[in-house]
Amino acid sequence: MVTMPAGTLYRGKVGMWSWVLHRISGVGIFFFLLVHILDTALVRVSPEAYNAVIAVYKTPIIGIAELGLVGAILFHGLNGLRVIAVDFWAQGTKYQAAMFWAIIVITIVLVAAFTPVHLARVFG
Amino acid sequence: MSVVIETPNSPRTRNQANWEKYGWLFMRISGPLLIVLVFTHLVVNLVLGEGIKAIDFAFVAGKWADPFWQYWDMAMLWLAMIHGTNGMRTIVNDYTERVKVRTALNTSLWAVCALLILLGTLVIFTFDPCPAGAAADLLPSFCPALTS
Repeated sequence: MVTMPAGTLYRGKVGMWSWVLHRISGVGIFFFLLVHILDTALVRVSPEAYNAVIAVYKTPIIGIAELGLVGAILFHGLNGLRVIAVDFWAQGTKYQAAMFWAIIVITIVLVAAFTPVHLARVFG
Repeated sequence: MSVVIETPNSPRTRNQANWEKYGWLFMRISGPLLIVLVFTHLVVNLVLGEGIKAIDFAFVAGKWADPFWQYWDMAMLWLAMIHGTNGMRTIVNDYTERVKVRTALNTSLWAVCALLILLGTLVIFTFDPCPAGAAADLLPSFCPALTS
């Protein structure tokens, strides 16, 4: 009979999932950063070129995707602070799971607050 | 087949710089700085005023007319690119098995990093907010009006 491998303190728990989310959000932000430096560099080409490309950021689909980008940046930044706390704070490992859930709640609340403001501008 | 492990006859010497440790430390120093830099960037550009609607050439020109925002964006550019590239290097090292593939990917990452840092820094500091021949309605209000 096949049995599930015994759980550990790490595997399948918030320790692992925070690491997975940190990687995925980090890679996503990295590739956005490459694009964002290139689109900003267009100010050196002409006002028309820059405005034409920036107009893409104001379209509905990209406008909605920006909510994901903001959420990824919030999660990655706050979880980075959690990693630092685990490394340098004596109580870090004790509260690492609580800190993870606090980060999820803060990220959701901030994205929820930003969403109507941002979408009103994108669709308005 | 058994794995042969060298007998540690002498303790590890530490006469060389420990680059992995400096990388680890850099992530933990640049991270909190980037939180301040990037979160402020998001609030100023996407939340305050008209948010994304207001972003155009004149908006960027207005910000970079102030050296404060030039150096802010430069710090963000350098720290974010190095932080991101080092993170990507960590991921490459985790998932590549062959040394040639790993070296090729990591070399490409640092080449792109250096190129974009150079490009971005040049753009910030050689930027002309009032380029000659541009349509006046696309320029910031402080540009001298063209006399026809």
